[in-house]
Amino acid sequence: MDKITFTLNGKPVTLTTDGNRMLQWVLRTDLGLTGTKYGCGVGLCGACTVLVDRKMTRACVTPVKNVAGKNVLTIEGLAADGKLHPLQEAFARHDAFQCGFCTPGMIMSAAALLMENPKATREDIIAHMDGNLCRCGAHTRILDAIEDAAKTWKGETRP
Amino acid sequence: MRVPDYENPDLHDPTAPDTFDRREFLQRLGGGIIIIVTLSDPAAWAARAGGGGGRSYPEDFNAYLRIGEDGRVACFTGKIEMGQGPITSLAQMLADELDVTMDVVDMVMGDTDRCPWDMGTFGSMTTRFFGPPLRAAGAEARRVLMELASESLKVPVENLATRNGVVYEKGREKNQVSYGQLAKGKTIERRLKVKPETKSVAEFQIIGKSYTRTDALEKVTGRAKFAGDLREEGMLYARLLRPPAHGAKLKSADTSDAEKIEGVKVVRDGDMIAVLHPLPDMAQKALEAIKAEFDVPAPRVNDKTIFDHLVKNAGQGKPVRQGGNLAEGEKLAKTLVEATYLNSYVAHAPMEPHTALARMDGDKITVWASTQTPFPLKSQIASALKMPEGNVRVLTPFVGGGFGGKSANQQAIEAARLAKLTGRPVQVAWSRQEEFFYDTFRPAAVVKIKSGLEPSGKIVLWDYNVYFAGSRGADQFYAIPHHRTLATGEWRGEGGPHPFATGAWRAPGNNTNTFARECHMDIMAAKAGMDPIEFRLKNLEDPKIIRVLKAAAEKFGWKPAKSPSGRGFGVAVGMDSGTWVAHIAEVEVNRETGAVRVKRVVCAQDMGLVINPQGAIIQMEGCIMMGLGYALTEEIHFEGGRVLDTDFGTYVIPRFSWLPKIETMLVGANEPPAQGGGEPAIICMGAVIANAIYDAVGARLFQLPMTPERVKAALAAQPVG
Ligand code: FES
Ligand code: FES
Repeated sequence: MDKITFTLNGKPVTLTTDGNRMLQWVLRTDLGLTGTKYGCGVGLCGACTVLVDRKMTRACVTPVKNVAGKNVLTIEGLAADGKLHPLQEAFARHDAFQCGFCTPGMIMSAAALLMENPKATREDIIAHMDGNLCRCGAHTRILDAIEDAAKTWKGETRP
Repeated sequence: MRVPDYENPDLHDPTAPDTFDRREFLQRLGGGIIIIVTLSDPAAWAARAGGGGGRSYPEDFNAYLRIGEDGRVACFTGKIEMGQGPITSLAQMLADELDVTMDVVDMVMGDTDRCPWDMGTFGSMTTRFFGPPLRAAGAEARRVLMELASESLKVPVENLATRNGVVYEKGREKNQVSYGQLAKGKTIERRLKVKPETKSVAEFQIIGKSYTRTDALEKVTGRAKFAGDLREEGMLYARLLRPPAHGAKLKSADTSDAEKIEGVKVVRDGDMIAVLHPLPDMAQKALEAIKAEFDVPAPRVNDKTIFDHLVKNAGQGKPVRQGGNLAEGEKLAKTLVEATYLNSYVAHAPMEPHTALARMDGDKITVWASTQTPFPLKSQIASALKMPEGNVRVLTPFVGGGFGGKSANQQAIEAARLAKLTGRPVQVAWSRQEEFFYDTFRPAAVVKIKSGLEPSGKIVLWDYNVYFAGSRGADQFYAIPHHRTLATGEWRGEGGPHPFATGAWRAPGNNTNTFARECHMDIMAAKAGMDPIEFRLKNLEDPKIIRVLKAAAEKFGWKPAKSPSGRGFGVAVGMDSGTWVAHIAEVEVNRETGAVRVKRVVCAQDMGLVINPQGAIIQMEGCIMMGLGYALTEEIHFEGGRVLDTDFGTYVIPRFSWLPKIETMLVGANEPPAQGGGEPAIICMGAVIANAIYDAVGARLFQLPMTPERVKAALAAQPVG
């Protein structure tokens, strides 16, 4: 058992658990944050994407001990002060989902890109998002939504 | 719309009558105005949907509307939301007929206790078959409200009108009463006897307009609950021991190491060995600690030999349609064209794997499942657990994609069995590997065609036999005097010549049949020395198909040319679920690598009356994107009953970098009735790309998917010139 402390959606959390457990299950089970999805468990679909220190991270292949002392942001923490994040707004406005299962991972991946590169072009977006799978085929609208959000959002957000 | 408000309150109160008692049902819904919806033709519906285990719709229980005292309108339907959008489009139909705004409609979907029996959500049938009675119910409800208002406002019904949930006196709008006020303290039950007047196209306020998805807020915030997101007090996560191959028999299993893990529960019941733990990853660890041995039967067939194997075991073909005389056609033909088309097994691969949660309460069970078929699941659970159906309740949270693959319900039965055996709430969530292993794949299939042409380019002979894909989409629509279409072999189920279970996959059968037919058309067009669109128009008579084909050609900017023109343009047309589609694509082929890049796809679709144009277009875009997969990369690799694909590393589905420029158009969108929209636009994707490849490089592909290796092989076999 390891004692692990990190910042989750702006608040400190401390857990006592096996540090080799994957962040995905710790978030979904121990911490009750089910917006981070399981789609493959081996880093090949992006459904579990979260940000660790503002970097796109697949929670299914990230041992929880690796985030000790770091800032973890999940889909639940993206909307600050009760206001939707520009990416969330853009996804809703563009109907950028069908079943919506891939959506949290899509939004978190896009957030990582825009934090790093607010001026991302469509090509940048495609290259960055290529590891996020959507079986429903919402791709056109997801790209439109990200492009649109990039216009209104300058990359600032916690953490 | 507030789905969860209706889902949550009685999650912990699974009460279900033994038989579907109507009085009791109405009481359970509480006060307000309830309208009972009758399907116009339930028998035809049941036949179209392929049975339903001998059950058909109770004559007058298909959906219920309730207008509450707060003026909110609840719509109860056994249909489910898996991304195809009925949560919005059904609400639109109801809101329009009832004259309320969209935001007061609450959809209650797929709850077997509160929604009337439904066969399942598949076959692009929700709008076509459920829409008309739903609209009729809305219209009737509006009439009831006007009658009630007439009494309370003391104004004759003719002088009343409705708007935004209010009945008012024409010319004296201040004299008004809201639906909520009218519903106060009343339970009024009305059965639709005569068909009430629904609105005409010109009167629509909401139908025919684009609405963004009403479940958007929940889905972009991560709050939307899928089956795996539900939590119950004391819940255990189960992992089950799986065989390495279909047909394998368990010889021995040593669970002693698994049992040593703290908190693990091991359950053995007949053929099932499961390990359960309050943490899902610890359950997985326990599973990995089991030492099991299986007898695996020697493989008889693999992904290469499957096609011969299928044809050998096909049996007698069943006629789909025939006319004229084949021998006569053969005599008239100047040119005969014979070809065989193949496609491999294809996975559904929804992003959400099969998941379910089950909880026993005394002798009752509640199951939350990722399923397209909540009502059939209820029966399956009752029989698996040997309990009366009335003790089983199935609830359907949001479903993370189905495409026909979430109808078998194995995971939910596993969860139910384990909940009963352990007395604890149990979640079964399949891994991606299990998802690939237990999928009811789209069947591998073979199509053999022999056709004949007159020198003028008129088709005079069509002899068509499809093996194992089924007859949907096999019935060709060209004007051919001498034709016969046969469908041979079962396309779904277990056993038979398939090494594993097969089933419905988005537009079942039609992807296979349209690929074969439309490739064959192109080959004939080339033989006749004609432009492929011109050739099709010469052989078509149906005005609707001609209209969509011309619309697509115009949008694309088609200039007639004989194929291969080197431009990389392909065309294909087809029909599914009452909807006509025409696709034109542009591709680029890398001759060195065999890689195909689809640059542009134009799709024109005639689906009759369109409820939500944006929703319809989104489905078309999804079909086109998903269709790139079965056209280019998707095929299950297997050796006997061993499924070799376990993840998205080898089973490659479409990605952002594949995205072509997609241009869609709806044709005849104001012309009732409404037809299906979730599947048609996928059916042409194999042929339109194959034909474009041929147009680009002169190589003809006869097998899906058109992998780089197959493209290279075709290039080698058929050099340009
Ligand atoms: S679940 Fe993590 S990448 Fe698929
Ligand atoms: S919206 Fe269904 S997987 Fe992307």
